[in-house]
Parts: sequence; structure tokens; C-alpha cells
Amino acid sequence: MKVAYFPGCTLRTKAKELDFFARRCAELLGIELCEIKDWQCCGGVYVTSNDEIATKLSSVRALIAARDMGMPLVTVCSACHNVIKQTNNAMANDPVFSARANAYIAQDKNPSAPYHGETKVYHYLELLRDVVGFDKLRAAVKNPLSDRSVGAYYGCFLLRPGKVMAFDDVENPKIIENFIRALGAEPVNYQMRNECCGGPREPRARKEKIIRRHIERRRMRCRRACDGMSSL
Amino acid sequence: MQSKNEKEKEQLLRMSGVNPLKCMRCGKCSATCPSYDEMEYHPHQFVYMVENGDIETLMKSPSVYKCLSCFACVDRCPRGVEPAKLIEAVRLLAVRQKGNNHLKSDDIPELLDSELPQQAIVSALRKYSK
Repeated sequence: MKVAYFPGCTLRTKAKELDFFARRCAELLGIELCEIKDWQCCGGVYVTSNDEIATKLSSVRALIAARDMGMPLVTVCSACHNVIKQTNNAMANDPVFSARANAYIAQDKNPSAPYHGETKVYHYLELLRDVVGFDKLRAAVKNPLSDRSVGAYYGCFLLRPGKVMAFDDVENPKIIENFIRALGAEPVNYQMRNECCGGPREPRARKEKIIRRHIERRRMRCRRACDGMSSL
Repeated sequence: MQSKNEKEKEQLLRMSGVNPLKCMRCGKCSATCPSYDEMEYHPHQFVYMVENGDIETLMKSPSVYKCLSCFACVDRCPRGVEPAKLIEAVRLLAVRQKGNNHLKSDDIPELLDSELPQQAIVSALRKYSK
């Protein structure tokens, strides 16, 4: 199966390994990732206001490119996944927004046909679950991560807003746990794994204590859950 | 003649698509907000202050820059009010005013450190500047 691939900026800079292994694993699982030509940064956060058009055009262009390639679109980055899925939802369900965005696209050098949310958007994990299947993934594992406990951290972007992301149960997600199991490790269930990490906050305020406290608390809870498991 | 506040309220409701009248003041949005402790006005207060047309106060408050867009209040509101969308609309109304960018590109070099993901800068520019 061929899938249109949107790597995003982080996978080109701080997370090059993620890009490398995503491509390699897809290949081994029989999926060809076809990188979208001239993709542009998604912007990192989706601006919810319905009169913000230009900030969402890079996502619209990626969605159009995937449609014209005749493939679903996949991202590995949770932020790109969130922005592109929310933009796709607005293009499909908000006629005023899609008319305005399409009017911008019509100004492009080689304008594409108007877009109304035809592309199916996957996160890489969804692709593994829904297209490949975790059973097939388990069968492909050569060096299982046995005897390891791994705590999944979901955060916000993969899950919320739940109705639009339709990724997993918003309050009790299981997809990463099932992924961890498929790789042969034991998932750790702990509190706050689907709460905000504080990433998209004011850069000026990053050093303040409050967000550090959030992260510390989460680490502690995961730690405690791990300790509880090893004493079983 | 519409007052300035009425006009702003109308614009906010149109931009955000939020209907503050649906709010039943349960406070679940504020209870789940990771930025609660840092805010002067909390998510549930945003909703009724917009409803009352008390918009200038919100636009001037540092609270509008504390929302992380984590959408916890959006998903956990039992009435589907979606406070985050309203907070974002207030913030946009503020930063769209001339000279009112909350983050300028010239501010960035001094903010950079090895721990700061560049994605945080990109998102911040999108959220705090026009």
C-alpha cells in the first residue's frame, strides 16, 4: 500500500531518528511512504478561530497533494497530525471556511481542483493499528522488548478534540499500550498520561515552576506504577 | 447604535462559534485546566465575561496568553461550550490590534536555549503574533 507522507519540521531536525525508523519500519511492514513534494510547516498549533484562513493553507495544500496522489496522508508528529486533521475537518464540514481556503488555493500558480476534505488522515500509530494490524506487527518483531515496562504518554495533540481526532477513547486510550504489547514489552498504566505537557506555552514563561511540576508529577506517577508492577 | 463591547462580543461569538448561553457554570473547564494557577481569569470566567460583554478586561489580562490550547476544557465540558475556542478568539482580537503582538521575532534569540524545542517557538509565533 502507498501512503502520502508528511514528515513535518521536527522530524527533519530534532527527531531525525524517528523519520528514519518510521520509513524503515513501514517498508518492512509492506507500506510505501511517498513523501509529499514541497510540503510546508503545519505551524505547530491549530488556530481554532474560523476566520483564520492563511495559517491553515499549508495543511490544505498537503491534503490536496495527498488527494491528487490518490493516497491517504500519514504523519508521525502528533502536532502535524492534530493540525492537519483539524484542518481537514474544517474543509469537510465548514462550507464558509472551505470556500475561503479554496479561493486562496485558486490563486496558486497551478491551481488544484477545490478541496472538501476527501483525504483520509492517519497518524502512524493509526496506520499500524488499522491498516497493518498489531498482530502483523507482533509477528514482524525480531527482537521483542521482553521484560521491560514502558509507560505510554499521549498528551493532548493525539487525542483532543476527541470528535475530530477520532484517534482512540479520549479519556482512556489504549492504542500505545497495545503497540507496546505488540513489541513484546509490558505497558504501564498511570495517571495523567493524557494531560498537557505544557509544550505550547509562552516561551518566556517556560522556566517557571508550574509546568515543571506537571512533568515531575507525571514522571513520579509513572515511576510509582512501575514500582507497583515489579512488586507484583 | 451598537456599543463597542457589543460589536466585540458579536465578533468573538462568530469567530469562535461558541454559544456562552449553553454554559451551566459547573466549572469543570477550570478544574481540568493545566494553567489554572497562573490565570487571573479562569476558563469558566471567560465564558460568562464574554456573555456579559466584559471583553476589554479579558483582552488586557495576561490570562489570554496562559491558555495552552490543550483542549482539555473542550473535551470535558458536559455542555459542549468549548471555552478554549473563546479564549483563543479573545487572544486573536487582542493580538490583531496594531502593535499588539505578544511575541516579536526579535524577542526570539534571547529565548533560545538547548532545551527549547523549535516547535515551541513556531507555535508561539502562530499563537501570539499577527
